[in-house]
Amino acid sequence: MLESERAVASQEVSESVLDYLARQSELDVLRFITCGSVDDGKSTLIGRLLYDSKLIFEDQLKALEFDSRKFGTQGREIDLALLVDGLAAEREQGITIDVAYRYFATEGRKFIVADTPGHEQYTRNMATGASTASLAVILVDARNGVVTQTRRHSCICALLGIRHVLLAVNKMDAVAWDRAAFEAIEEQYAAFAAEIGLANVYSVPLSALKGDNVLARSSHMPWYEGPTLLSHLEQIDTATDSVEMPFRLPVQWVNRPDSTFRGYAGTIASGRVGVGESIAVLPGGRTAKVERIVAGVDEHDDAIAGEAVTITLDREIDVSRGDVIAAAVARPESSDQVQATVIWMSENHLLPGRSYLLKTTNRIVGASVTEIKGRIDVHTLQRDAAKVLELNEIGICNLSLDAQVAFDAYGENRTTGSFVLIDRVSHETVAAGMIDFGLRRAQNIHWQAVDVDKTVRAQQKQQTPRILWFTGLSGSGKSTIANALERELLAAGRHTYLLDGDNVRHGLNRDLGFTDADRVENIRRVGEVAKLMLDAGLIVLVSFISPFRAEREMVRKMVGEGEFVEIFVDTPLDVCEARDPKGLYGRARAGEIKNFTGLDSPYEAPEDAELTLDTTTLSAEAAARRVLGFLDD
Amino acid sequence: MRHLSHLKRLEAESIHIMREVVAECRHPVMLYSIGKDSSVMLRLAMKAFHPAKPPFPLLHVDTTWKFREMIQFRDSVAAELGLDLIVHINQEGLDQQIGPFTHGSSVHTDVMKTQALRQVLDQYGFDAAFGGARRDEEKSRAKERIFSFRTSNHQWDPKQQRPELWNIYNTRVGPGESMRVFPLSNWTELDIWQYIYVEDIPIVPLYFAAPRPVVQRDGTLIMVDDDRMPLAPGEVAEMRQVRFRTLGCYPLTGAMESGATTLPEIISEMLVAQNSEREGRVIDHDGEASMEKKKREGYF
Repeated sequence: MLESERAVASQEVSESVLDYLARQSELDVLRFITCGSVDDGKSTLIGRLLYDSKLIFEDQLKALEFDSRKFGTQGREIDLALLVDGLAAEREQGITIDVAYRYFATEGRKFIVADTPGHEQYTRNMATGASTASLAVILVDARNGVVTQTRRHSCICALLGIRHVLLAVNKMDAVAWDRAAFEAIEEQYAAFAAEIGLANVYSVPLSALKGDNVLARSSHMPWYEGPTLLSHLEQIDTATDSVEMPFRLPVQWVNRPDSTFRGYAGTIASGRVGVGESIAVLPGGRTAKVERIVAGVDEHDDAIAGEAVTITLDREIDVSRGDVIAAAVARPESSDQVQATVIWMSENHLLPGRSYLLKTTNRIVGASVTEIKGRIDVHTLQRDAAKVLELNEIGICNLSLDAQVAFDAYGENRTTGSFVLIDRVSHETVAAGMIDFGLRRAQNIHWQAVDVDKTVRAQQKQQTPRILWFTGLSGSGKSTIANALERELLAAGRHTYLLDGDNVRHGLNRDLGFTDADRVENIRRVGEVAKLMLDAGLIVLVSFISPFRAEREMVRKMVGEGEFVEIFVDTPLDVCEARDPKGLYGRARAGEIKNFTGLDSPYEAPEDAELTLDTTTLSAEAAARRVLGFLDD
Repeated sequence: MRHLSHLKRLEAESIHIMREVVAECRHPVMLYSIGKDSSVMLRLAMKAFHPAKPPFPLLHVDTTWKFREMIQFRDSVAAELGLDLIVHINQEGLDQQIGPFTHGSSVHTDVMKTQALRQVLDQYGFDAAFGGARRDEEKSRAKERIFSFRTSNHQWDPKQQRPELWNIYNTRVGPGESMRVFPLSNWTELDIWQYIYVEDIPIVPLYFAAPRPVVQRDGTLIMVDDDRMPLAPGEVAEMRQVRFRTLGCYPLTGAMESGATTLPEIISEMLVAQNSEREGRVIDHDGEASMEKKKREGYF
């Protein structure tokens, strides 16, 4: 409020403060965000708005004069930035490090300002401020024009659904109030804004430090005929007409004081609702009619977007916290698979496959990112490829949820289209998400199985997952070598698992015999198990006679290029028979065992094994070292 | 097309916050300080859960130095609304006879208010406590979250505060950790007065001007509310027409000379006021970044 307006207000009190209060209570509110690079003068601008609208009290001014001498950057003048740089830490550093909210009012409007930092690493704060704002004031330094930070901030505003931008070309005093300089920046920004889909852009040349074109018109720039910054803020119509959108009431809490009342409490996210109207409850789609609308202690015939209400229905249907009550004729989507734009806000990067808690406006479910489809360059909104998301990066992700949730696309409804991700252990808020659309389940599961998980798990284990497939006759030394190798790998910090033919036949494959068909099935199953373990990021050692080339090739084709390593343990039959560690050859020769490989069942030696180990010349340890050597290459 | 006024939006936002806490937190409590902000917060709670009663108790941390009229008001409000009221006094502090005159404002506030609050929160195991603080009150409050995370030692660490986007609030805490929740974060002092006026909310009579016995201390008018106030030899309390802009412990709360005996008069005085509302509080001036320091220690 201007000082003159305060005076007017005070006169009115003696006449009728009631009129004044009535007018004030009818005002609407504009929430806006200010953004710009370090030193563009954001804090100074907000300080100027508060100072010029006389919202600085004398005691604060006194403290400010004291602080200006101690911390100020404006010499003997009052440093307005100190009014808004709150925390001790940031005053020492001279930069704003968090989101601060300021409040001021004029005769025409009330304002809530989110002041956000310009530093690149604090993107998450900007997104936070932008999430509740309907307009952005983007500051540029008239000497520098549109810089990287300007692009970044504009893109974040566009992503978060801000439709109105005021480009404040600040520090005009430093370019001698030059019209051409202003117009060049205005043109440069207009072109960029069009590229990223920001439609409503206005520009104002100003000096926050001197106060030109902030509240009062500048005498230095008679060539500028548009409104001042404050008149813009008072006049811009940002109403997205959320009242005209389809009715949505996310149910926060079920109110059941006694058996006679069962109400569903929540804040109307969009649209309006009236008594007697048909609604549907999502997910699920149960329908009913609205019986009563309770707002505070009063009952109403209808209610509109923004009101916190409690409604009752004309019949008993199952409605819980987390459901969305919607217009029966225009329902939200329901799905447990969505694609969303995700802003990563944690020092620990996004791990696809890890389970997080996903919180919508009224519900918490378990959720994991199944795929990062791309990363958004916040200077252009162009997409590039990425396998992880780090702090302050923005990605397009597929998510899989533990339960169906009702939602709208964020572009259509900011309240029912948004969510945050919460770490299950630290409970920190790690991401903000905006739903693009729902996915069909199969579409998404597909990705879960084949791509992302293996890579990330392997990265986590810092190794290349492989299947080391030992083939050879019974008694050739496969298991002995595999054992020795696994010990070496373990000692080297690798994550391994050894699948041994005999052991697997006691469990998974105990229904299989030794016919050719069973031998094929035996290898198929072991191949699938090895593949899952490969997917888990392990180095899998398989010690199986696996006599047929076709099955070994089948397994090779089940996995990726280079992941299947065939190791032929080449020991002549007579050597194996002489070793006969389990007495099997003896029993087979005596006719007690049928279909014994090498005797009455064939063994097809590999033709292109990656490695051949001659156990007549190598000890098991030496053979294991040969495999290690191969892996290191 | 109907639109929602500023005040209606603020009301809805506060109600949304309270419902979210009740839906998600195990054991919430509402800090009731008896002041005008608490009165508004309480009215909002009555609305948020109507026709049910607010499903949490009220808690008053009594330093034993509050104005007598505050205590009367507190008890009558709780009785009239039929709400559970927990009153906690730091017994150790009482045993040591801690008081603002003998120990100074900062020791008194620390022991009887900050420590007392920690004691009672621990005693009942509350995981969420509503407070009536507003962001426009003081610079370090401007960056406070609506859901303010506190460690198991009740400490506030600016680095550990969680980003708050849209109207989605992360209420998750680990064992022993808690949340201070500020449903009035976005209200200004004028909004509070307007709402009290529009809703006809009862407030402690001390907010209205009346003849009261006061003495001058360091340029501040202090009301002599009981005989614990030490008077200098020959010093006599004089009756002056005063009111209070904020309420706390009477020895630490400055009165202002005023003729405002009605709400419109209070609001009109506020509109032309030259000093911010916290100026009447002695503890805010205890040094650079004083409020921030207190918050780190667990003050509201």
